[in-house]
Amino acid sequence: MNLLLIFISAAVVNNYVLTYFLGLCPFVGVSKKIGPAVSMGLATTFVMTMTATVTWLIYHLILVPLKLEFLQIVSFILVIASLVQLVEMFVRKVSKPLYDALGIYLPLITTNCAILGLALFMVMKQYDFIEGIIFGFGAGAGFTLAIVIMAGIRTQLELADVPEPFKGAGITMITAGCLALAFMGFAGLI
Amino acid sequence: MDISSIFYAIITMGVLGFVFSAGLSIASKKLSVKEDPRITKIIDLLPGANCGACGYAGCAAMAEALVSGKAEPANCPVANSENLSKIAEILGLEVTEKERKVAVVLCQGDTNNQKKKAEYLGVQTCLAAHLVGGGPRACNWGCIGYGDCIRACPFDAIHMSENGLPVVDREKCTGCGKCVEACPRNIIELHPISRHVFVLCKNRDNPKLARSVCKTACISCGICERATGGKGFKVINNLAEVDYDLYTKEPVLPTDKCPTKCIVIVGNPGET
Repeated sequence: MNLLLIFISAAVVNNYVLTYFLGLCPFVGVSKKIGPAVSMGLATTFVMTMTATVTWLIYHLILVPLKLEFLQIVSFILVIASLVQLVEMFVRKVSKPLYDALGIYLPLITTNCAILGLALFMVMKQYDFIEGIIFGFGAGAGFTLAIVIMAGIRTQLELADVPEPFKGAGITMITAGCLALAFMGFAGLI
Repeated sequence: MDISSIFYAIITMGVLGFVFSAGLSIASKKLSVKEDPRITKIIDLLPGANCGACGYAGCAAMAEALVSGKAEPANCPVANSENLSKIAEILGLEVTEKERKVAVVLCQGDTNNQKKKAEYLGVQTCLAAHLVGGGPRACNWGCIGYGDCIRACPFDAIHMSENGLPVVDREKCTGCGKCVEACPRNIIELHPISRHVFVLCKNRDNPKLARSVCKTACISCGICERATGGKGFKVINNLAEVDYDLYTKEPVLPTDKCPTKCIVIVGNPGET
């Protein structure tokens, strides 16, 4: 029950993109079409889950026993950067079209603040190992949910008659704001 | 916290970094993508200026297009012929020797020759001056002199002369055409390097008006047309033009015949 609560909390109630406003760069950049958005969400979910796993291990098995907690940001960044490299190589190997579609946003997962934020939140909330993994997976699922909803809305917006000044980035930001308002409705869920 | 934690920190981060880099290097071997090795070779041979004159996003995109057969080596106007033939060799193509083009500034209206019309205090670019009344110089066709072409040149091949007229360094110029686009008056053109005779004027106003704004304006007197028997020069719409199809590489007209000295030999015959 506790695990389910953590999952829903990370995915919906405290959605990283729409509640904490972390990771907006790929959220806006790769949400033009649903296909790449799903892939981006999956790649981010993978990186988030792996990050949660590896950073939990590093933090609790290496940094805490050696009293090196002050190294958490440095070592977490190291973990994230390596994982993103790995994902990048993997995507490039498996699917060149997907690699081209994700473009610059794939290596930019490295600097996606949602992922570093996830690792730091996980330490702050003092989750145990399993909880940490669920937390990471939930955060990734929430990111995927947000980016896919956004992509769906934006494909519809392509056909809409948007007033000239709002075209492009303007309407995207307004849509993101409305979505964030909608997600605030989940606040009383837990 | 004691001093030993510094060493622990160094060792921990060192070990972590080593473990991750080892993991990544193994992964990069396992997951390596077989890219056409010709692409890297061609990128090395292309000029690397990423100027976009070929129509692709940059030299890397051009290299990919070359390998996939969408582009020809000659599409790159910047690379020298030696590198182009090497690229063609890699691709197994016959290289077609293409004559190098260089930019020519078709105006002599520097501050000595061109009259001053007004004091211009606006934004110091040719484009801005062209939009608001044409800048300080009198001729509405000629050089404005704020150096948009110089700023556009990625190869440092245009410089401003003392009297405010851009001068093309014909050796450095690669013919990418950036200055041609930048000039709001369209007085810069690309010409094959073997062309040396030019009418350095673009003024199509009537002779009297043209003469009143610039000492070196073409006054469409037609002496060049008569002297060459119509085979070399033609006066069209108040401006003499060189007919390069008929005009041979050797200049046949003594350029001093032109009364306003706007027919000029540019560059040295024989340069490549």
